[in-house]
Amino acid sequence: MLKKLSFLLILFVSFSSFAQDIPERPDPPRLVNDLAEVLSSDQEQRMEMELAQFARETSNQIAIVTVPSLNGYDVSDFAFRIGEEWGIGQGDKDNGVVVLFKPKIDNEQGQVFVAVGYGLEGVIPDAVANRDIVDYEMIPRFKEGDTFGGLYNGTQVIMSLARGEFSAQEYHEKASGGEGGFPFILLFFLLFFVIIPILRGRSRYYNAGGRGRGSSLPFWLLMGGMMGSGRSHGGSFGNFSGGGGSGGFGGFGGGSFGGGGAGGSW
Amino acid sequence: MKKTWIILAVVAVVLFIMYSSVKGTYNTMVMRDEAVDASWAQVENVYQRRADLIPNLVNTVKGYASHERETLEGVIEARSKATSVNVNADNLNEESLQQFQQAQAGLSSALSRLMVVVERYPDLKANQSFLDLQAQLEGTENRITVERRKFNESAQSFNTYVRTFPKNIYANLFGFDKKAYFEADQGAERAPEVSFD
Repeated sequence: MLKKLSFLLILFVSFSSFAQDIPERPDPPRLVNDLAEVLSSDQEQRMEMELAQFARETSNQIAIVTVPSLNGYDVSDFAFRIGEEWGIGQGDKDNGVVVLFKPKIDNEQGQVFVAVGYGLEGVIPDAVANRDIVDYEMIPRFKEGDTFGGLYNGTQVIMSLARGEFSAQEYHEKASGGEGGFPFILLFFLLFFVIIPILRGRSRYYNAGGRGRGSSLPFWLLMGGMMGSGRSHGGSFGNFSGGGGSGGFGGFGGGSFGGGGAGGSW
Repeated sequence: MKKTWIILAVVAVVLFIMYSSVKGTYNTMVMRDEAVDASWAQVENVYQRRADLIPNLVNTVKGYASHERETLEGVIEARSKATSVNVNADNLNEESLQQFQQAQAGLSSALSRLMVVVERYPDLKANQSFLDLQAQLEGTENRITVERRKFNESAQSFNTYVRTFPKNIYANLFGFDKKAYFEADQGAERAPEVSFD
């Protein structure tokens, strides 16, 4: 029995060390992870901003990862493992995309892979990822040494395809639905702790009624104002989390990858 | 009189503790068993996806390379063999899994033979619908790799659970068997032979 247990322990330990070949999830979360140092900080920032904006608008998360080495993995396997381990995309929609880039170093081929989460396989089928994104937009630019151009134009295509699946509006509705809960609780809170005491107070000092009525009217107005602002707040959800800077897309949501996508080498 | 009450109370407490420990363990086993079934369904799903691509692929290739009859027939035959082997999720033992794997490996090698033959036809390789099919096939192979890995992970989690003490006793009692794993394909560790003739 002891032997069996120690075997299991060894198995477990070897599995966890196995996972360390995959780069760790960035903290704070970033969508552009230039681990191979092939982008300038301006380029990095520009893409991060666009991708974070896109993530806020549509909830789709596109992560760009560049690595100096694949540590002996297949480029596709490496990309899926990153996606799975970091949890790119929303957990309930699996709408993440990983663009994995390994630069051409001396005799080693450069490799790129676009891994598409389960939820986006419908709008970005393998054939489209292969032809429109990798073969047309990325590889020709990578061949000329234009790493940024290839990644940038490739992600533009991904964004235009993915935008169709989970529209901004759908996301806003969900987001404002979540926001709507807050004023509602507030309403009950106010009702029980403020309005009822006020009403009770008014009946108790009925003689001073004129003053009581006067003060309750602005109160209702205030309340209406709060409800209103709550609603408009939900509508401009993009602004709400916009101040976050580099982590502005809200963190990875636990999306899952099933092997969709395509890649190429040069 | 008082003594019997104490004994009864102790027995009741012991029974209750036993009941709750068995219940928790059993329910977790069922949960992990279901997770294995679900990931097995995904594995079957992606293999089916590959089988579904083949008629289209064969037809496209036939248009350009009709005299590669032998290779094409090999693919069709391997496909029908592979789709005839079905493994029920309740019966995931080593024997049945190996049978399944063998049939699918036969199809894999027939397909890779076809892809080698195709290299001789530049017209076919320039055909957009063939390129799309090729991308889909590659994507399906990727999906197969991923789902096999996920299946192995969930099977491992189940096996670890049911085989550690004292849960192995309950597992025996309730008839939960160890699940089989996907092994690396036989011959996959050998580098393919290259011949120039």
